Amino acid sequence: MDWGSLHAVLGGVNKHSTSIGKIWLTVLFVFRIMILVVAAEKVWGDEQQDFICNTLQPGCKNVCYDHFFPISHIRLWALQLIFVSTPALLVVMHVAYRRHEKKQQLRNGEKFDIEELKRTRFHIRGPLWWTYTSSIFFRVLFEAVFMYAFYFMYDGYKMPRLLKCSAWPCPNTVDCFVSRPTEKTMFTVFMLVVSAVCMLLNVTELCYLVVKVCVKEPRKTAQKEMHFLISLLVVLTKNCCI
Amino acid sequence: MNWAGLYAVLSGVNRHSTAIGRIWLSVIFIFRIMVLVVAAESVWGDERSAFTCNTQQPGCNSVCYDHFFPISHVRLWALQLILVTTPALLVAMHVAYQQHQEKKLLLLTGHGDPKHLEEVKKHKMRISGALWWTYVSSVAFRLLFEAAFMYIFYMLYPGYQMVRLVKCEAYPCPNTVDCFISRPTEKTVFTVFMLTASAICIVLNLAELVYLVVRACARRAHHSSNPSSAKSSFYGHKLSSEYKQNEINQLLTEQDGSLKDMLRRNPGLQEKGDRCSAC
Repeated sequence: MDWGSLHAVLGGVNKHSTSIGKIWLTVLFVFRIMILVVAAEKVWGDEQQDFICNTLQPGCKNVCYDHFFPISHIRLWALQLIFVSTPALLVVMHVAYRRHEKKQQLRNGEKFDIEELKRTRFHIRGPLWWTYTSSIFFRVLFEAVFMYAFYFMYDGYKMPRLLKCSAWPCPNTVDCFVSRPTEKTMFTVFMLVVSAVCMLLNVTELCYLVVKVCVKEPRKTAQKEMHFLISLLVVLTKNCCI
Repeated sequence: MNWAGLYAVLSGVNRHSTAIGRIWLSVIFIFRIMVLVVAAESVWGDERSAFTCNTQQPGCNSVCYDHFFPISHVRLWALQLILVTTPALLVAMHVAYQQHQEKKLLLLTGHGDPKHLEEVKKHKMRISGALWWTYVSSVAFRLLFEAAFMYIFYMLYPGYQMVRLVKCEAYPCPNTVDCFISRPTEKTVFTVFMLTASAICIVLNLAELVYLVVRACARRAHHSSNPSSAKSSFYGHKLSSEYKQNEINQLLTEQDGSLKDMLRRNPGLQEKGDRCSAC
């Protein structure tokens, strides 16, 4: 089970997503997962091996590395990508449940084609709308949580060249040097920017879904809302004038 | 054979599982196997090479590593995941056996054309009768294996936390030697993560067990209040010739309507209908 299998699982969601959702999925796989696998993993590959401390004290290097890097960037990104992609499975499960229900309905006497049922696209309405919106909400939440976790752990996204360590058993203060700090900073900033783009896409999709539902409301409700907005506007204008 | 192969094998079982069973399978593959493969294996990758002891005594490093890490976490998790996912294969085998019985019956009654045989493969088996017992046993075994491994983890690595420093006195180390573990914090984070996922899986399995038992009791209550129903009890019969025939008839009535549908849609097929007494 690796990123390829995740791609296979999430590929099914694509059919029932909005256009923004499809763009988001592409950005996720091409600009984040692929970059992680083909580039970032190699940059961080020798992170502990080439983490060098200016001491001969055995154990000092291990302790200092552990102190400054409680969780490696690569692992945090891997967890972030897993958590961010899994809410889409809620949608997959809901669609499978709808298909199963439809199959039960059609089974009562009518002929139906299983393949056609599999290919049917369900519109994002009713309970599916709520599932879809919840999944986007969770995505945004997880993205924000992980971005905060990164900021909290690594004090501002930059990888320093030199760290000063005084953890036991290091004698006094020891200078430790990080391997490839500039390259790591570049990749961190890149992943951060793409993460922000994904958040923006998710927020846009959320707004789009909400607006779509509001526009499709029956005329009566729209008129009621119009009346409400007009009266609100009148009240506000009056208050301003006073 | 790797994790992808296991995924392919178990995806087939998914079709005949309950909804909770499918959620359980997703949690296993995404939050445990995938995390193990993409993250945990690289964290523990240098556990031996970066295990440093404050001594120049040859052999001390190896002996101390072996003393404190009899089995690595990664290997224990791999074993746990394999053992926890394999009871589902019992269900797969039972389903395959039932499908084989159905196909045999179709051939015997002269409805052995490829289209009907394909339909046997495609339709979803209902979890009742002997299949219910197999399914429940598989869930019980899953629970047992999960609990056993969590206990083993606790015994081998008390408190589930990875310490930074271990003090080793095993021969040939001179007196007491300080040994330092690589990435202890990251390892603790992943240990806690995998533990939480394991606990979630245990809860899902318990929920599934309760759901199956409640559903079976409800069905039984419904049948006992409707004695005219053609369905039999869910206790398995012994295999004598008359009971074998009863079992085949039971299969005909208890399948999810596919055979009945087939015969309803093609009334011409019902001419040799003596064996279809339950239709």
